Amino acid sequence: MIGVLALQGDVREHRRALESVGARTRLVRCVEELAGLDGIVLPGGESTTMVNLAASFGLLDPLRHAIHAGLAAYGSCAGMILLADRVCDGVPGQPTVGGLDITVRRNAFGRQVESFERDLPMTGVAGPPVHGVFIRAPWVESVGPGVVVLAQVSDPSGADRIVAVQQGALLATSFHPELTGDLRVHEYFLNVVRAEPGWSQAPGRRLSKGA
Amino acid sequence: MPTTDPSVPQDPAAVGDRTSTAATGTARVKRGMAQMLKGGVIMDVVTPEQAKIAEDAGAVAVMALERVPADIRRDGGVARMSDPDMIDGIVAAVSIPVMAKARIGHFVEAQVLQALGVDYIDESEVLTPADEAHHIDKWAFTVPFVCGATNLGEALRRISEGAAMIRSKGEAGTGNVVEAVRHMRAIRSELRRLQSLDEAELFAAAKDLRAPYELVREVAQIGSLPVVLFTAGGLATPADAAMMMQLGAQGVFVGSGIFKSGDPAKRAAAIVKATTFYDDPDVLAKVSRGLGEPMVGINLDTLPAEQRYAERGW
Repeated sequence: MIGVLALQGDVREHRRALESVGARTRLVRCVEELAGLDGIVLPGGESTTMVNLAASFGLLDPLRHAIHAGLAAYGSCAGMILLADRVCDGVPGQPTVGGLDITVRRNAFGRQVESFERDLPMTGVAGPPVHGVFIRAPWVESVGPGVVVLAQVSDPSGADRIVAVQQGALLATSFHPELTGDLRVHEYFLNVVRAEPGWSQAPGRRLSKGA
Repeated sequence: MPTTDPSVPQDPAAVGDRTSTAATGTARVKRGMAQMLKGGVIMDVVTPEQAKIAEDAGAVAVMALERVPADIRRDGGVARMSDPDMIDGIVAAVSIPVMAKARIGHFVEAQVLQALGVDYIDESEVLTPADEAHHIDKWAFTVPFVCGATNLGEALRRISEGAAMIRSKGEAGTGNVVEAVRHMRAIRSELRRLQSLDEAELFAAAKDLRAPYELVREVAQIGSLPVVLFTAGGLATPADAAMMMQLGAQGVFVGSGIFKSGDPAKRAAAIVKATTFYDDPDVLAKVSRGLGEPMVGINLDTLPAEQRYAERGW
């Protein structure tokens, strides 16, 4: 069972992508809905709004604890910001869920007029390049020693910027595969979930397909 | 947690790429931006301080304008695009997206707003229309547009002109949600009706809707608009926002309703919560308590025809 944090953002698109690759899903708005999940997706949207709502409804700490305890998670765009241990250019004092040993720069690629889409190769995703949709997108400024860089693209100045990372069961992309119909990144995440120790052993914690 | 994951193949050649070129201003990027706003509240603000209050309350974006619609109604006269200095001040104050309004048909105001770097333009009936026959050709811009619609045909005409997001066109500045409800119900029921038509009937439907056949056919197939649908106009309470969400809106604009009320910060936060928990009456009851005075509303049957904004645009 994969949760989709449903406080705000493109929840429906992530849910559809997950179900298309065979996952059962549950929307998560309150603490009780975290129980029994094999993984959780933090969608695109506004990170400040999601953190604010998560804090108001007592979801922030339980989510943080679940992820630190090993719950697999995938964050796209705002979701990447939520998973980052450190944020620059954010609202001062903006808390995150954390877990990923990375520093993320919010809106790093610029404002909406600079939003773009392009193909990019992503390590671990076989076949043609992934089509990345970058919307007021963040990039990863720096990564800790345990973090694997899965994809980079060049920014307008020509410098390579990190846009996809993985650290154990935590995956994050600056871009939005859920907007393209290409399901390979969600499939990749499900494989991460399945590789976690303990998955499929606990009753009720089972994906509907592929076990 | 392992420090390196052996299941992740290490292939440096696959990481980093300079061959593919980036495309800006595409329909996917414009419509995608609105997808990211879903389930959120976009608030009208007139100062950087108000923008900050909105961001702290959990707004997904702010609409920068010189006067909220209630004041535009009170003052009368021609309402235009805001002063660029004022928009710059708000852009500098917050990290969330900033929208701004251009007059219907005023493509040069839109060019100016794009040059200022606003994230979305609202081609808005709240300002005085600049063209009596033509809306802005929105395909010509990199910045995305949101437009108002009172019914499905109007929504589809705006989409065919390049709008990347649609909102209802309730009477702004009245604190009266009745028109927004009418528009949302009209759009949703016309969408349901389209789905029941056969191929031949879709040609006549396109004629009735005064919208391009290809777009009508696409909408009939997918059963919804191809862009995000928000609600706007007259929302003043958490319950208003939640009702519009239950009626099928994917997010809400709140104009005068927040900063014309007694306790804007508290009301703003309450409307944000009500929009997320729109189907949970217990949460709605909790957040509706102790909000202070709401804005004073206007009954629409006392509103003269020339002050009805929803009739602007075609």
